[in-house]
Amino acid sequence: MDWTPTEMMVVASARQLAGEKVVFVGVGPPNIACNLARRTVSPDLQLVYEAGVFGARPARLPLSIGDPTLATGSDAIHGMFELFAYYLQAGLIDVGFLGASQIDRRGNINTTVIGEYDHPSVRLPGSGGACEIAINAGKVFVIMPQSRRSFVERIDFTTSPGHLEGRRPEGWIGAGPTVVVTNLGVYGFDDSGEMELRSLHPSVTLDQVRQETAWELRVSDDLKETPPPTEEELRLIREELDREGTSTR
Amino acid sequence: MSKATSMREAIAELVRDGDTVAIEGFTHLISFAAGHEIIRQGRRDLTLCRLTPDVIYDQMVAAGVARRLVFSWLGNPGVGSLHAVRRRVEGRDGGPLELEEYSHFGMVCRYVAGASRLPFFPLRSYEGSDLPKANPRIVPIESPYDPSERLYAVPPLNPDVTVVHAQRADAEGNAQIWGLLGCQKEAAFAAERVLVVCEELVEPEVIRADPNRTAIPGLIVDAVVVAPRGCHPSYAQGYYDRDNLFYREWDAISRDPDRLDAWLDEWVLSLASHEEYVEKLGEQRWADLAPGEAWSGRVNYGSYD
Repeated sequence: MDWTPTEMMVVASARQLAGEKVVFVGVGPPNIACNLARRTVSPDLQLVYEAGVFGARPARLPLSIGDPTLATGSDAIHGMFELFAYYLQAGLIDVGFLGASQIDRRGNINTTVIGEYDHPSVRLPGSGGACEIAINAGKVFVIMPQSRRSFVERIDFTTSPGHLEGRRPEGWIGAGPTVVVTNLGVYGFDDSGEMELRSLHPSVTLDQVRQETAWELRVSDDLKETPPPTEEELRLIREELDREGTSTR
Repeated sequence: MSKATSMREAIAELVRDGDTVAIEGFTHLISFAAGHEIIRQGRRDLTLCRLTPDVIYDQMVAAGVARRLVFSWLGNPGVGSLHAVRRRVEGRDGGPLELEEYSHFGMVCRYVAGASRLPFFPLRSYEGSDLPKANPRIVPIESPYDPSERLYAVPPLNPDVTVVHAQRADAEGNAQIWGLLGCQKEAAFAAERVLVVCEELVEPEVIRADPNRTAIPGLIVDAVVVAPRGCHPSYAQGYYDRDNLFYREWDAISRDPDRLDAWLDEWVLSLASHEEYVEKLGEQRWADLAPGEAWSGRVNYGSYD
Protein backbone atom coordinates (compact mmCIF):
# COMPACT_ATOMS: atom_id res chain seq x y z
CA MET A 1 0.00 0.00 0.00
CA ASP A 2 1.15 3.50 -0.86
CA TRP A 3 0.56 6.85 0.83
CA THR A 4 1.84 10.41 0.63
CA PRO A 5 3.98 12.02 3.37
CA THR A 6 1.09 14.38 4.10
CA GLU A 7 -1.34 11.48 4.51
CA MET A 8 1.09 9.91 7.00
CA MET A 9 1.31 13.26 8.82
CA VAL A 10 -2.48 13.56 9.04
CA VAL A 11 -2.93 9.97 10.20
CA ALA A 12 -0.22 10.28 12.88
CA SER A 13 -1.83 13.53 14.10
CA ALA A 14 -5.31 12.02 14.26
CA ARG A 15 -4.04 9.13 16.42
CA GLN A 16 -2.63 11.63 18.93
CA LEU A 17 -6.22 12.74 19.62
CA ALA A 18 -7.20 9.41 21.23
CA GLY A 19 -8.78 10.13 24.61
CA GLU A 20 -9.13 13.88 24.03
CA LYS A 21 -12.53 15.56 24.40
CA VAL A 22 -12.45 19.11 23.03
CA VAL A 23 -10.18 20.20 20.20
CA PHE A 24 -9.71 23.64 18.67
CA VAL A 25 -9.39 22.96 14.94
CA GLY A 26 -7.39 24.83 12.28
CA VAL A 27 -7.79 24.67 8.48
CA GLY A 28 -5.87 22.38 6.15
CA PRO A 29 -4.18 19.23 7.53
CA PRO A 30 -5.35 19.83 11.16
CA ASN A 31 -8.91 19.94 9.93
CA ILE A 32 -8.58 16.55 8.20
CA ALA A 33 -6.75 15.10 11.19
CA CYS A 34 -9.50 16.15 13.64
CA ASN A 35 -12.29 14.88 11.40
CA LEU A 36 -10.37 11.62 10.87
CA ALA A 37 -9.99 11.24 14.65
CA ARG A 38 -13.78 11.61 15.06
CA ARG A 39 -14.24 8.72 12.65
CA THR A 40 -11.53 6.52 14.22
CA VAL A 41 -9.82 6.89 17.62
CA SER A 42 -12.04 9.54 19.18
CA PRO A 43 -15.72 9.32 18.11
CA ASP A 44 -16.92 11.70 20.83
CA LEU A 45 -14.39 14.41 20.03
CA GLN A 46 -15.97 17.89 20.05
CA LEU A 47 -14.69 20.11 17.26
CA VAL A 48 -14.41 23.81 18.09
CA TYR A 49 -13.75 26.33 15.32
CA GLU A 50 -12.55 29.87 15.99
CA ALA A 51 -15.35 31.21 13.80
CA GLY A 52 -17.57 30.61 16.85
CA VAL A 53 -18.73 27.00 16.46
CA PHE A 54 -18.84 24.39 19.23
CA GLY A 55 -19.57 20.76 18.32
CA ALA A 56 -19.29 21.14 14.53
CA ARG A 57 -20.30 18.23 12.30
CA PRO A 58 -19.01 19.26 8.88
CA ALA A 59 -20.75 17.38 6.08
CA ARG A 60 -17.92 18.28 3.68
CA LEU A 61 -14.31 19.27 4.20
CA PRO A 62 -14.36 23.03 4.81
CA LEU A 63 -11.89 24.91 2.57
CA SER A 64 -11.92 27.91 4.88
CA ILE A 65 -12.17 28.20 8.67
CA GLY A 66 -15.60 29.83 8.23
CA ASP A 67 -17.37 27.45 5.86
CA PRO A 68 -21.20 27.28 6.10
CA THR A 69 -21.05 23.50 6.66
CA LEU A 70 -19.57 24.21 10.11
CA ALA A 71 -22.72 26.05 11.17
CA THR A 72 -25.41 23.65 9.93
CA GLY A 73 -26.05 20.90 12.49
CA SER A 74 -23.54 22.11 15.11
CA ASP A 75 -24.25 22.08 18.86
CA ALA A 76 -23.80 25.83 19.30
CA ILE A 77 -22.78 29.00 17.47
CA HIS A 78 -21.43 31.90 19.47
CA GLY A 79 -20.01 35.29 18.71
CA MET A 80 -16.23 35.18 18.56
CA PHE A 81 -15.86 37.01 21.87
CA GLU A 82 -17.69 34.23 23.69
CA LEU A 83 -15.73 31.52 21.88
CA PHE A 84 -12.32 33.00 22.69
CA ALA A 85 -13.20 34.26 26.19
CA TYR A 86 -15.53 31.60 27.67
CA TYR A 87 -14.09 28.53 25.96
CA LEU A 88 -10.43 29.14 25.14
CA GLN A 89 -9.30 31.66 27.77
CA ALA A 90 -11.41 29.92 30.44
CA GLY A 91 -9.59 26.64 29.87
CA LEU A 92 -12.29 24.50 28.24
CA ILE A 93 -10.11 23.50 25.27
CA ASP A 94 -8.08 20.29 25.74
CA VAL A 95 -6.02 20.47 22.56
CA GLY A 96 -5.27 23.32 20.19
CA PHE A 97 -3.91 22.46 16.75
CA LEU A 98 -1.42 24.86 15.17
CA GLY A 99 0.51 24.99 11.93
CA ALA A 100 3.85 26.80 11.66
CA SER A 101 6.17 28.30 9.07
CA GLN A 102 9.09 28.15 11.49
CA ILE A 103 9.49 26.33 14.81
CA ASP A 104 12.48 26.18 17.17
CA ARG A 105 13.61 23.43 19.56
CA ARG A 106 11.40 24.87 22.34
CA GLY A 107 8.26 24.76 20.21
CA ASN A 108 8.07 28.53 19.75
CA ILE A 109 6.26 29.28 16.50
CA ASN A 110 6.54 31.91 13.77
CA THR A 111 3.67 32.56 11.35
CA THR A 112 4.25 36.33 10.97
CA VAL A 113 7.30 37.27 8.86
CA ILE A 114 10.47 35.90 7.31
CA GLY A 115 13.12 38.55 7.84
CA GLU A 116 12.67 41.74 9.85
CA TYR A 117 9.18 42.71 10.99
CA ASP A 118 9.36 46.21 9.47
CA HIS A 119 10.98 45.08 6.21
CA PRO A 120 10.00 41.44 5.73
CA SER A 121 11.26 39.39 2.81
CA VAL A 122 8.07 37.32 3.15
CA ARG A 123 4.96 38.59 4.88
CA LEU A 124 3.08 35.59 6.35
CA PRO A 125 -0.55 35.78 7.59
CA GLY A 126 0.25 36.47 11.26
CA SER A 127 -1.39 35.15 14.42
CA GLY A 128 -5.07 34.77 13.76
CA GLY A 129 -6.08 32.93 16.92
CA ALA A 130 -2.76 31.07 17.19
CA CYS A 131 -1.16 33.29 19.85
CA GLU A 132 -4.04 32.77 22.30
CA ILE A 133 -4.41 29.09 21.43
CA ALA A 134 -0.70 28.56 22.15
CA ILE A 135 -1.09 30.21 25.56
CA ASN A 136 -4.53 28.98 26.69
CA ALA A 137 -5.22 25.55 25.18
CA GLY A 138 -4.56 22.68 27.64
CA LYS A 139 -2.02 21.23 25.20
CA VAL A 140 -0.83 22.26 21.78
CA PHE A 141 -0.26 19.89 18.86
CA VAL A 142 1.77 21.29 15.99
CA ILE A 143 1.42 19.84 12.50
CA MET A 144 3.80 21.07 9.80
CA PRO A 145 6.08 20.01 6.95
CA GLN A 146 9.70 19.68 8.09
CA SER A 147 12.83 21.11 6.46
CA ARG A 148 15.95 23.08 7.51
CA ARG A 149 13.97 26.20 6.62
CA SER A 150 11.08 25.36 8.96
CA PHE A 151 12.94 23.54 11.81
CA VAL A 152 15.29 26.43 12.59
CA GLU A 153 17.83 27.37 15.27
CA ARG A 154 16.22 30.83 15.74
CA ILE A 155 12.76 31.80 14.51
CA ASP A 156 12.52 35.27 12.91
CA PHE A 157 9.48 36.29 15.01
CA THR A 158 7.70 34.64 17.95
CA THR A 159 4.02 34.73 17.01
CA SER A 160 2.92 31.98 19.40
CA PRO A 161 4.98 31.05 22.46
CA GLY A 162 5.97 27.44 23.06
CA HIS A 163 8.25 26.62 25.99
CA LEU A 164 10.06 29.99 25.64
CA GLU A 165 13.63 29.50 26.91
CA GLY A 166 12.74 26.40 28.93
CA ARG A 167 9.61 25.15 30.70
CA ARG A 168 6.72 27.61 30.94
CA PRO A 169 6.46 29.91 33.95
CA GLU A 170 4.04 29.00 36.80
CA GLY A 171 0.51 30.26 36.41
CA TRP A 172 0.09 29.67 32.69
CA ILE A 173 -3.17 27.89 31.90
CA GLY A 174 -1.87 25.72 29.10
CA ALA A 175 0.98 23.22 29.12
CA GLY A 176 2.20 24.40 25.71
CA PRO A 177 3.26 22.16 22.84
CA THR A 178 3.36 18.48 23.71
CA VAL A 179 3.39 16.95 20.23
CA VAL A 180 4.84 17.98 16.86
CA VAL A 181 3.94 15.86 13.84
CA THR A 182 5.72 16.35 10.51
CA ASN A 183 6.01 14.46 7.22
CA LEU A 184 9.07 12.70 8.73
CA GLY A 185 8.21 11.81 12.31
CA VAL A 186 6.51 12.48 15.63
CA TYR A 187 8.16 14.60 18.34
CA GLY A 188 7.47 15.14 22.03
CA PHE A 189 9.12 17.49 24.55
CA ASP A 190 11.42 16.44 27.41
CA ASP A 191 11.31 17.83 30.98
CA SER A 192 13.40 20.85 30.00
CA GLY A 193 10.91 21.76 27.28
CA GLU A 194 13.13 20.69 24.39
CA MET A 195 11.80 18.88 21.35
CA GLU A 196 12.74 15.21 21.11
CA LEU A 197 12.21 12.77 18.23
CA ARG A 198 9.98 9.93 19.47
CA SER A 199 8.96 8.13 16.29
CA LEU A 200 10.13 7.88 12.67
CA HIS A 201 7.58 7.41 9.90
CA PRO A 202 8.03 4.20 7.84
CA SER A 203 11.07 4.32 5.51
CA VAL A 204 12.32 7.63 6.98
CA THR A 205 15.88 7.45 8.35
CA LEU A 206 17.39 9.24 11.33
CA ASP A 207 19.99 10.79 9.00
CA GLN A 208 17.23 12.23 6.86
CA VAL A 209 15.56 13.79 9.92
CA ARG A 210 18.86 15.31 11.11
CA GLN A 211 19.37 16.69 7.58
CA GLU A 212 16.06 18.48 7.82
CA THR A 213 16.65 19.93 11.32
CA ALA A 214 18.81 23.03 11.75
CA TRP A 215 19.77 22.27 15.37
CA GLU A 216 21.42 19.31 17.11
CA LEU A 217 18.33 17.15 17.49
CA ARG A 218 17.57 15.15 20.66
CA VAL A 219 16.38 11.62 19.98
CA SER A 220 14.41 9.54 22.47
CA ASP A 221 16.16 6.47 23.93
CA ASP A 222 12.99 4.63 23.04
CA LEU A 223 12.76 5.67 19.35
CA LYS A 224 9.91 3.90 17.58
CA GLU A 225 8.63 3.51 14.06
CA THR A 226 5.23 5.12 13.37
CA PRO A 227 2.75 2.38 12.42
CA PRO A 228 1.84 2.92 8.73
CA PRO A 229 -1.61 4.23 7.78
CA THR A 230 -4.25 1.50 7.80
CA GLU A 231 -6.43 0.84 4.78
CA GLU A 232 -9.39 2.28 6.65
CA GLU A 233 -7.56 5.50 7.55
CA LEU A 234 -6.54 6.02 3.93
CA ARG A 235 -10.02 5.22 2.69
CA LEU A 236 -11.56 7.82 5.02
CA ILE A 237 -9.09 10.48 3.87
CA ARG A 238 -9.42 9.73 0.16
CA GLU A 239 -13.12 8.94 -0.08
CA GLU A 240 -14.64 11.16 2.62
CA LEU A 241 -12.38 13.86 3.99
CA ASP A 242 -10.22 15.09 1.12
CA ARG A 243 -11.74 13.69 -2.04
CA GLU A 244 -10.01 16.22 -4.28
CA GLY A 245 -6.69 15.72 -2.52
CA THR A 246 -6.26 19.46 -1.97
CA SER A 247 -4.69 19.07 1.45
CA THR A 248 -3.11 15.63 1.41
CA ARG A 249 -1.64 14.98 -2.04
CA MET B 1 -38.78 56.29 9.82
CA SER B 2 -37.41 54.34 6.91
CA LYS B 3 -33.62 54.37 6.53
CA ALA B 4 -33.73 52.39 3.29
CA THR B 5 -31.56 53.91 0.58
CA SER B 6 -29.33 52.93 -2.33
CA MET B 7 -25.75 51.71 -1.90
CA ARG B 8 -24.50 54.70 -3.88
CA GLU B 9 -26.24 57.19 -1.58
CA ALA B 10 -25.33 55.31 1.59
CA ILE B 11 -21.59 55.21 0.82
CA ALA B 12 -21.62 58.85 -0.39
CA GLU B 13 -23.30 59.88 2.84
CA LEU B 14 -21.50 57.70 5.40
CA VAL B 15 -17.92 57.06 4.21
CA ARG B 16 -15.47 59.99 3.95
CA ASP B 17 -11.83 60.25 2.91
CA GLY B 18 -9.56 59.44 5.84
CA ASP B 19 -12.22 57.47 7.74
CA THR B 20 -11.63 54.35 9.80
CA VAL B 21 -13.88 51.73 8.22
CA ALA B 22 -14.76 48.19 9.35
CA ILE B 23 -16.51 45.87 6.89
CA GLU B 24 -16.84 42.95 9.30
CA GLY B 25 -18.01 39.35 8.99
CA PHE B 26 -15.76 36.35 9.70
CA THR B 27 -15.60 34.59 6.30
CA HIS B 28 -19.42 34.78 6.40
CA LEU B 29 -21.52 37.85 5.42
CA ILE B 30 -18.71 40.07 4.13
CA SER B 31 -20.23 43.00 2.23
CA PHE B 32 -18.27 42.97 -1.01
CA ALA B 33 -21.06 45.17 -2.45
CA ALA B 34 -20.15 47.99 -0.03
CA GLY B 35 -16.41 47.54 -0.61
CA HIS B 36 -16.87 47.76 -4.36
CA GLU B 37 -18.98 50.91 -4.07
CA ILE B 38 -16.24 52.52 -1.92
CA ILE B 39 -13.78 51.71 -4.73
CA ARG B 40 -16.16 53.16 -7.36
CA GLN B 41 -16.54 56.38 -5.41
CA GLY B 42 -12.75 56.72 -5.18
CA ARG B 43 -12.36 57.14 -1.41
CA ARG B 44 -8.78 57.70 -0.25
CA ASP B 45 -6.61 57.32 2.89
CA LEU B 46 -8.97 54.92 4.64
CA THR B 47 -7.90 52.91 7.68
CA LEU B 48 -9.43 49.50 7.00
CA CYS B 49 -10.18 47.24 9.98
CA ARG B 50 -11.07 43.54 9.87
CA LEU B 51 -9.85 40.44 11.69
CA THR B 52 -9.21 38.86 8.30
CA PRO B 53 -8.74 41.47 5.54
CA ASP B 54 -9.85 38.79 3.06
CA VAL B 55 -10.10 39.31 -0.69
CA ILE B 56 -12.27 42.43 -0.23
CA TYR B 57 -9.43 44.42 1.40
CA ASP B 58 -6.92 43.01 -1.12
CA GLN B 59 -9.16 44.53 -3.80
CA MET B 60 -9.56 47.81 -1.90
CA VAL B 61 -5.82 48.10 -1.23
CA ALA B 62 -5.10 47.40 -4.91
CA ALA B 63 -7.63 50.08 -5.88
CA GLY B 64 -5.76 52.62 -3.77
CA VAL B 65 -8.41 53.45 -1.15
CA ALA B 66 -6.37 52.42 1.92
CA ARG B 67 -3.55 53.99 3.91
CA ARG B 68 -3.55 51.61 6.86
CA LEU B 69 -4.71 48.07 7.75
CA VAL B 70 -5.75 47.00 11.25
CA PHE B 71 -6.02 43.20 11.35
CA SER B 72 -5.17 39.86 12.93
CA TRP B 73 -4.83 37.36 10.04
CA LEU B 74 -3.64 38.51 6.67
CA GLY B 75 -4.38 35.79 4.15
CA ASN B 76 -6.75 34.37 1.54
CA PRO B 77 -8.64 31.89 3.75
CA GLY B 78 -8.06 28.30 2.69
CA VAL B 79 -5.94 29.40 -0.30
CA GLY B 80 -2.81 31.38 0.63
CA SER B 81 -1.72 35.00 0.38
CA LEU B 82 -3.35 38.33 -0.36
CA HIS B 83 -0.89 39.31 -3.06
CA ALA B 84 -1.81 42.99 -3.52
CA VAL B 85 -1.36 43.57 0.22
CA ARG B 86 1.86 41.54 0.26
CA ARG B 87 3.38 43.52 -2.61
CA ARG B 88 2.81 46.73 -0.66
CA VAL B 89 4.11 45.31 2.64
CA GLU B 90 7.18 43.69 1.05
CA GLY B 91 7.99 46.97 -0.74
CA ARG B 92 7.51 45.57 -4.25
CA ASP B 93 4.69 47.85 -5.32
CA GLY B 94 3.38 51.34 -4.57
CA GLY B 95 3.86 53.29 -1.38
CA PRO B 96 4.14 51.66 2.03
CA LEU B 97 0.98 50.39 3.67
CA GLU B 98 0.79 50.99 7.42
CA LEU B 99 0.02 47.86 9.44
CA GLU B 100 -1.41 47.60 12.95
CA GLU B 101 -1.45 43.97 13.94
CA TYR B 102 -3.17 41.98 16.71
CA SER B 103 -4.35 38.41 17.30
CA HIS B 104 -8.01 37.48 16.65
CA PHE B 105 -8.95 37.72 20.32
CA GLY B 106 -7.08 41.03 20.58
CA MET B 107 -9.10 42.47 17.69
CA VAL B 108 -12.38 41.16 19.13
CA CYS B 109 -11.53 42.68 22.54
CA ARG B 110 -10.77 46.01 20.81
CA TYR B 111 -14.31 46.04 19.39
CA VAL B 112 -15.74 45.03 22.80
CA ALA B 113 -13.90 47.92 24.48
CA GLY B 114 -15.06 50.23 21.69
CA ALA B 115 -18.66 49.09 21.95
CA SER B 116 -18.58 49.44 25.77
CA ARG B 117 -16.78 52.82 25.63
CA LEU B 118 -14.04 51.44 27.90
CA PRO B 119 -10.45 52.77 27.71
CA PHE B 120 -8.96 49.29 27.22
CA PHE B 121 -9.77 45.60 27.49
CA PRO B 122 -7.64 43.01 29.37
CA LEU B 123 -6.77 39.57 28.03
CA ARG B 124 -4.37 36.70 28.69
CA SER B 125 -2.87 36.56 25.20
CA TYR B 126 0.60 37.86 24.17
CA GLU B 127 2.87 36.71 27.05
CA GLY B 128 6.03 35.41 25.39
CA SER B 129 4.94 36.60 21.94
CA ASP B 130 6.76 39.28 19.91
CA LEU B 131 3.45 40.92 18.96
CA PRO B 132 3.66 43.58 21.75
CA LYS B 133 7.12 44.53 20.41
CA ALA B 134 5.76 44.84 16.88
CA ASN B 135 2.72 46.79 18.07
CA PRO B 136 3.31 49.08 21.10
CA ARG B 137 -0.45 49.53 21.51
CA ILE B 138 -0.51 46.02 23.06
CA VAL B 139 0.57 46.83 26.63
CA PRO B 140 1.38 44.59 29.63
CA ILE B 141 -0.64 45.46 32.76
CA GLU B 142 -1.02 44.15 36.31
CA SER B 143 -4.31 43.03 37.76
CA PRO B 144 -5.44 45.81 40.16
CA TYR B 145 -6.48 43.04 42.61
CA ASP B 146 -3.35 40.89 42.39
CA PRO B 147 -0.22 42.63 41.10
CA SER B 148 1.47 39.28 40.54
CA GLU B 149 -1.04 38.56 37.80
CA ARG B 150 0.15 39.90 34.44
CA LEU B 151 -2.28 40.60 31.62
CA TYR B 152 -2.21 42.55 28.38
CA ALA B 153 -4.38 45.50 27.42
CA VAL B 154 -5.62 46.40 23.97
CA PRO B 155 -7.13 49.80 23.13
CA PRO B 156 -10.74 50.35 22.03
CA LEU B 157 -11.49 50.31 18.33
CA ASN B 158 -14.23 52.78 17.36
CA PRO B 159 -14.64 52.82 13.58
CA ASP B 160 -16.10 55.91 11.95
CA VAL B 161 -18.20 53.50 9.93
CA THR B 162 -19.03 49.81 10.36
CA VAL B 163 -20.70 47.92 7.51
CA VAL B 164 -22.62 44.77 8.37
CA HIS B 165 -24.42 42.46 5.95
CA ALA B 166 -27.46 40.68 7.43
CA GLN B 167 -29.76 38.03 6.01
CA ARG B 168 -32.75 40.24 6.78
CA ALA B 169 -33.53 43.66 8.22
CA ASP B 170 -36.49 46.00 8.50
CA ALA B 171 -36.47 49.56 7.23
CA GLU B 172 -35.47 50.85 10.69
CA GLY B 173 -32.29 48.76 10.53
CA ASN B 174 -33.19 46.02 13.00
CA ALA B 175 -30.95 43.33 11.53
CA GLN B 176 -31.08 39.54 11.96
CA ILE B 177 -28.17 37.22 11.34
CA TRP B 178 -27.78 33.45 11.58
CA GLY B 179 -24.90 31.08 10.93
CA LEU B 180 -21.44 32.31 11.96
CA LEU B 181 -21.80 35.51 13.99
CA GLY B 182 -18.19 36.74 13.95
CA CYS B 183 -17.95 40.07 15.79
CA GLN B 184 -20.38 42.16 13.77
CA LYS B 185 -22.45 43.05 16.82
CA GLU B 186 -19.42 44.44 18.67
CA ALA B 187 -18.08 46.24 15.57
CA ALA B 188 -21.48 47.87 14.96
CA PHE B 189 -22.00 49.02 18.55
CA ALA B 190 -18.43 50.41 18.55
CA ALA B 191 -18.97 52.53 15.44
CA GLU B 192 -19.90 56.18 14.99
CA ARG B 193 -22.06 55.33 11.95
CA VAL B 194 -23.54 51.97 10.92
CA LEU B 195 -24.57 50.75 7.49
CA VAL B 196 -26.74 47.63 7.38
CA VAL B 197 -26.83 45.80 4.05
CA CYS B 198 -29.30 42.93 3.74
CA GLU B 199 -30.40 40.09 1.53
CA GLU B 200 -34.06 40.86 2.21
CA LEU B 201 -35.95 43.84 3.55
CA VAL B 202 -38.75 42.52 5.77
CA GLU B 203 -41.68 43.96 7.70
CA PRO B 204 -41.02 44.78 11.39
CA GLU B 205 -43.43 41.92 12.32
CA VAL B 206 -40.97 39.38 10.88
CA ILE B 207 -38.19 40.75 13.11
CA ARG B 208 -40.45 40.93 16.18
CA ALA B 209 -41.58 37.33 15.74
CA ASP B 210 -38.02 36.22 16.53
CA PRO B 211 -36.23 38.95 18.53
CA ASN B 212 -33.49 36.61 19.81
CA ARG B 213 -32.10 36.57 16.30
CA THR B 214 -31.65 40.36 16.10
CA ALA B 215 -27.91 41.14 16.23
CA ILE B 216 -28.12 44.87 15.61
CA PRO B 217 -30.94 47.19 16.68
CA GLY B 218 -32.21 49.97 14.43
CA LEU B 219 -31.26 52.39 17.21
CA ILE B 220 -27.60 52.44 16.10
CA VAL B 221 -28.20 52.10 12.33
CA ASP B 222 -27.89 55.06 9.93
CA ALA B 223 -28.83 53.48 6.62
CA VAL B 224 -30.27 50.23 5.26
CA VAL B 225 -29.40 48.99 1.78
CA VAL B 226 -31.00 45.98 0.13
CA ALA B 227 -28.33 44.11 -1.82
CA PRO B 228 -29.25 40.50 -2.55
CA ARG B 229 -26.15 38.35 -3.16
CA GLY B 230 -24.12 41.31 -1.94
CA CYS B 231 -21.52 39.14 -0.20
CA HIS B 232 -20.19 37.21 -3.20
CA PRO B 233 -17.62 35.56 -3.15
CA SER B 234 -18.28 35.45 0.60
CA TYR B 235 -21.64 33.92 1.48
CA ALA B 236 -24.93 34.28 3.32
CA GLN B 237 -25.91 31.17 5.30
CA GLY B 238 -28.98 29.56 3.75
CA TYR B 239 -28.94 31.92 0.72
CA TYR B 240 -25.77 31.12 -1.26
CA ASP B 241 -22.58 29.19 -0.67
CA ARG B 242 -19.07 30.60 -0.36
CA ASP B 243 -17.59 30.75 -3.87
CA ASN B 244 -14.41 28.85 -3.09
CA LEU B 245 -13.62 28.68 -6.80
CA PHE B 246 -13.43 32.47 -6.91
CA TYR B 247 -11.16 32.58 -3.84
CA ARG B 248 -8.83 30.18 -5.67
CA GLU B 249 -9.05 32.20 -8.89
CA TRP B 250 -8.22 35.37 -6.94
CA ASP B 251 -4.83 33.88 -6.10
CA ALA B 252 -3.81 33.98 -9.77
CA ILE B 253 -5.50 37.32 -10.47
CA SER B 254 -3.89 39.11 -7.53
CA ARG B 255 -0.38 37.74 -8.22
CA ASP B 256 -0.27 39.83 -11.40
CA PRO B 257 -0.78 43.61 -10.91
CA ASP B 258 -1.90 44.14 -14.52
CA ARG B 259 -4.39 41.31 -14.36
CA LEU B 260 -5.68 42.63 -11.05
CA ASP B 261 -6.18 46.13 -12.50
CA ALA B 262 -8.03 44.63 -15.45
CA TRP B 263 -10.23 42.66 -13.04
CA LEU B 264 -11.08 45.77 -11.01
CA ASP B 265 -11.88 47.60 -14.21
CA GLU B 266 -14.10 44.85 -15.59
CA TRP B 267 -15.88 43.79 -12.37
CA VAL B 268 -16.06 47.01 -10.33
CA LEU B 269 -15.20 50.27 -12.06
CA SER B 270 -17.03 49.72 -15.33
CA LEU B 271 -20.17 48.49 -13.56
CA ALA B 272 -22.69 50.97 -12.18
CA SER B 273 -23.88 48.86 -9.25
CA HIS B 274 -23.75 45.52 -7.49
CA GLU B 275 -26.89 44.44 -9.37
CA GLU B 276 -24.83 44.51 -12.56
CA TYR B 277 -22.09 42.43 -10.88
CA VAL B 278 -24.64 39.83 -9.81
CA GLU B 279 -26.07 39.69 -13.32
CA LYS B 280 -22.63 39.50 -14.93
CA LEU B 281 -21.77 36.43 -12.83
CA GLY B 282 -24.57 34.64 -14.63
CA GLU B 283 -27.38 32.34 -13.53
CA GLN B 284 -25.27 29.19 -13.84
CA ARG B 285 -22.80 30.44 -11.24
CA TRP B 286 -25.65 31.29 -8.87
CA ALA B 287 -27.28 27.91 -9.43
CA ASP B 288 -23.97 26.24 -8.53
CA LEU B 289 -23.86 28.22 -5.28
CA ALA B 290 -27.43 27.46 -4.18
CA PRO B 291 -27.46 25.39 -0.95
CA GLY B 292 -29.97 22.71 -0.04
CA GLU B 293 -32.45 23.37 2.73
CA ALA B 294 -32.07 22.91 6.50
CA TRP B 295 -34.81 24.80 8.36
CA SER B 296 -34.63 25.60 12.06
CA GLY B 297 -37.40 24.42 14.34
CA ARG B 298 -39.80 26.97 15.79
CA VAL B 299 -39.97 28.14 19.39
CA ASN B 300 -42.93 29.53 21.30
CA TYR B 301 -42.26 33.00 22.73
CA GLY B 302 -45.72 33.01 24.37
CA SER B 303 -48.39 35.69 24.18
CA TYR B 304 -48.98 37.74 27.37
CA ASP B 305 -51.71 40.26 26.55
